[in-house]
Amino acid sequence: MTQTRILSREQSTTGTASSLAQPRIMDDLDQLEAQSIFILREAYRKLKPLSLLWSLGKDSNVMVWLARKAFMGRVPFPVMHVDTEKKFPEMYAFRDEYTKKWDLDLLLGYCPPVEEIDPSLPPAARSAARKTAGLAAMIDKHKLRGVIAGIRRDEQATRAKERVFSPRGAGHRWDVRNQPPEFWDQYATPYEDGMHIRVHPLLSWREIDIWRYIEREGIPLVDLYFAKDGKRYRSLGDQDITNPIESNASTVAEVIAELETSRTSERAGRAMDHESEDVFERLRVAGYL
Amino acid sequence: MGDNIVTESFSETHRAAATPIVIVGHVDHGKSSLIGRLLYDTDSLQDGKLAQIVESSRKRGLAVEWSFLLDSLQIERDQGVTVDSTRIPFRLGSREFVIVDAPGHRQFLRNMITGAADAEAAVLVVDAKEGAQEQTRRHAMLLRLIGIRHVIVLLNKSDLLEFDEAKIVKVESDVRQLLGRLEIEVEAVVPASARDGDNIASRSERSLWYKGPTLVEALANVPPPASRAALPFRMPVQDVYRFDGIRYVAGRIERGTVRAGDRLSIGAQGQVATVAEVCRWHAPELPVAGAGESIALRLEPDLVPDRGDLLFPADDKAAAPERSARIRTRLFWLRGEPLRVGESFTLRLTTAEHDVTVASIDAVVDLEDLTLREGDSVPPDGFAEITLAASHAVLFDPFSPGFGDGRGVLVDRYQRIVGGAPLIGPAELADGEHAIHPTASRVSAARQVQARGHKSGVFWLTGLPGSGKSTVARAAELALSEQAVNATVLDGDTLRAGLCSDLGFSPEDRHENIRRAAHVAKILAESGQVVIVALVSPLQSDRAQARQIVGENFHEVFVDTPLETCEKRDPKGLYAAARSGKIPEFTGISAPYEAPVSPELRLPADRPEQEAINTLTAFILRIVQP
Ligand SMILES: Nc1nc2c(ncn2[C@@H]2O[C@H](COP(=O)(O)OP(=O)(O)OP(=O)(O)O)[C@@H](O)[C@H]2O)c(=O)[nH]1
Ligand SMILES: [Mg+2]
Repeated sequence: MTQTRILSREQSTTGTASSLAQPRIMDDLDQLEAQSIFILREAYRKLKPLSLLWSLGKDSNVMVWLARKAFMGRVPFPVMHVDTEKKFPEMYAFRDEYTKKWDLDLLLGYCPPVEEIDPSLPPAARSAARKTAGLAAMIDKHKLRGVIAGIRRDEQATRAKERVFSPRGAGHRWDVRNQPPEFWDQYATPYEDGMHIRVHPLLSWREIDIWRYIEREGIPLVDLYFAKDGKRYRSLGDQDITNPIESNASTVAEVIAELETSRTSERAGRAMDHESEDVFERLRVAGYL
Repeated sequence: MGDNIVTESFSETHRAAATPIVIVGHVDHGKSSLIGRLLYDTDSLQDGKLAQIVESSRKRGLAVEWSFLLDSLQIERDQGVTVDSTRIPFRLGSREFVIVDAPGHRQFLRNMITGAADAEAAVLVVDAKEGAQEQTRRHAMLLRLIGIRHVIVLLNKSDLLEFDEAKIVKVESDVRQLLGRLEIEVEAVVPASARDGDNIASRSERSLWYKGPTLVEALANVPPPASRAALPFRMPVQDVYRFDGIRYVAGRIERGTVRAGDRLSIGAQGQVATVAEVCRWHAPELPVAGAGESIALRLEPDLVPDRGDLLFPADDKAAAPERSARIRTRLFWLRGEPLRVGESFTLRLTTAEHDVTVASIDAVVDLEDLTLREGDSVPPDGFAEITLAASHAVLFDPFSPGFGDGRGVLVDRYQRIVGGAPLIGPAELADGEHAIHPTASRVSAARQVQARGHKSGVFWLTGLPGSGKSTVARAAELALSEQAVNATVLDGDTLRAGLCSDLGFSPEDRHENIRRAAHVAKILAESGQVVIVALVSPLQSDRAQARQIVGENFHEVFVDTPLETCEKRDPKGLYAAARSGKIPEFTGISAPYEAPVSPELRLPADRPEQEAINTLTAFILRIVQP
């Protein structure tokens, strides 16, 4: 009985000796990848117009890559770069190169001058608020209902409270005290005009997973992540508020080895996180990533 | 052109995905503290983290508050309560876990479920001194309903009992009994102190009598997730793409395996196609894919399935899913208002969406003793067994712990998730029951508001005959129309002239009259209309039923005109006729009128009529204007 079915499959034109092939056993990266693809496909189906925030850092490059996985090698919605005009020159070069190579539909937005930002915020937080304002303007201009962002739970304790589909109401505010239930892969959809959803396909990834995936897939990165003269960037923000760390890791494999023993947090080089206990929450409630 | 080269490292040594473990239990029993302590004792904290916690605790005048590791929101730290769940990675030896901290406060049950729903195992934290409390029972019930198979009980704060064996054994047996009633198997019951670290990562000196595992040992014993690869194939269609002239049927495999050449049935329509190719981008080329993979299929013939269509083996009857338009479910209910029979929802089942109506509430769980009772509504945060009727046959696999099958979720017209409904099996039609399968509107409430420019609502005017209900209602209808708000008046006499012309004034007939009016009001309100009902509706119980039928849109308005005034006015000469005995059972004279106790609006009689009209109009506008 089984025998005949196998035979008939072998005779089929497409079955090429596959009858006995077994599926690959999924490892941790395969599972993270499959879940992220599922999330991206949900977003593409449910949220229109949709755009992916491409900050040019490692996480957002992984996201673009995952989108290409989800949609058979292309990104079927625009990617968005909200430019602070304070990025490293290497990052602009990278953006121009891969916009072409990956055939991306790039939307560019700019941030208002820092003088227009709430002066009661500490200096580095003010710079973050500037980015929030730039992002808000882009969301309004393009009437976006879905914005895909590459935040992860392990980066920061309030991000650990996030939903995969996180609704933003009037004024793009995050109602952190009243988030909708999210379980069994059922996600929130916008229920009012003027709302949008922040989609977080990397929420469950850890820093080391990102690097191991970059290694496995051969995803290109800006050189700033690799050590030169004993220093490298672990996280890339604006030039004036990001500091490099001491490191000799000059390849992806060396970065992974370094992270396996590291005990400091990824955002240790970000000035803003040290300014006060509640600053991150305040910024995020107001629409920061 | 590095993009298209598959690197060697694909064949790297296998690393299993992290095992999610959720920590649940009653508020303040020490869940967050436990996790903080666990991370500290297993040396899992990043540098500087401890210093931050110490600083945040000091600022609030507290000793080291371990819970601050998880409770990162300002409100959580200031109130000492977890609001939303958090997930943090955690490692034991070579095994990766994700620890999920869930809130214990009842108000945040939806956040607890968000954290718990995909966990492989749970640690139920019980304060050893207080024993099992209401949320202990509620969480235990949920663990069962969301299908968590491995439960470890941690008797926390055992320091407060000085680890006294007799006292602890007593709590242990209570908790075991509770979980036994829910058919939950307990892996271990660990007496512990999160504050002092006893039996968390290391064995306590204070409980030498205890021979079971420490928490860390119990966690290490949690088996890895069961494999879903050997079950019959299921892939719900997530989307269908057409790129460069090729059609891709995209989805995630829920279980089983698919190979090029397999013949698949597509959805309830039963079309059959053959898998021409298993497609991935930038991955090793394999003509096969297994449970958990997000893939795309090319089908032959090139059919275009809908999102939600289930793909399953075509040639093996035994491997087909259940198929039924009536489904029994176990429900956990998350809406702030009770659930009632007759309500309509969208049932989401993976990527499929079905219109369903609650056909019956078969049993409601009594949370005090976890028994099943009869009931006609499910309270907020309550549990029940209900039957759903869909407008079409639904394909599904019954819920089974540890697998993705039958994970139904109910969504209301505002796109809010209002409950989880694990699907148990097809429901038989009871004898004499009609097979009705109501359908629900596909127009969302938001769209209606947009189209009409206002929200809907039912404004139920009750009061004695002659109290002025109809006059006020008609005048408000006119005033609203001037504000571009469409209102419909359902007036007692008007209804009795048509829809209810078969009814008299016996208590049964009055009851039926009100029931019909309430259903009509509900239908109109669901289509976005503002409805003003003007009915004597003398009995509290009838009005309560009307409120139940209409739901959250119901607003009771008491036209509070005293009997003497009504009788003096007597516009239709009814009071005179009743007094002379010509009308039996006349409300206010020979039949009772029960005034509303707490109406949403009261229109007193001692003011000019125009004022009542203005008050009612303003009240309605306030509610329906977006
Ligand atoms: N004596 C004693 N106190 C404890 C122990 N564990 C926790 N506590 C105290 O119990 C209180 C509540 O602890 P939390 O960890 O916030 O409780 P929770 O269960 O996370 O509470 P919710 O998340 O709000 O449901 C805090 O004041 C802790 O210091 C323990 O083992 N012994
Ligand atoms: Mg807590």
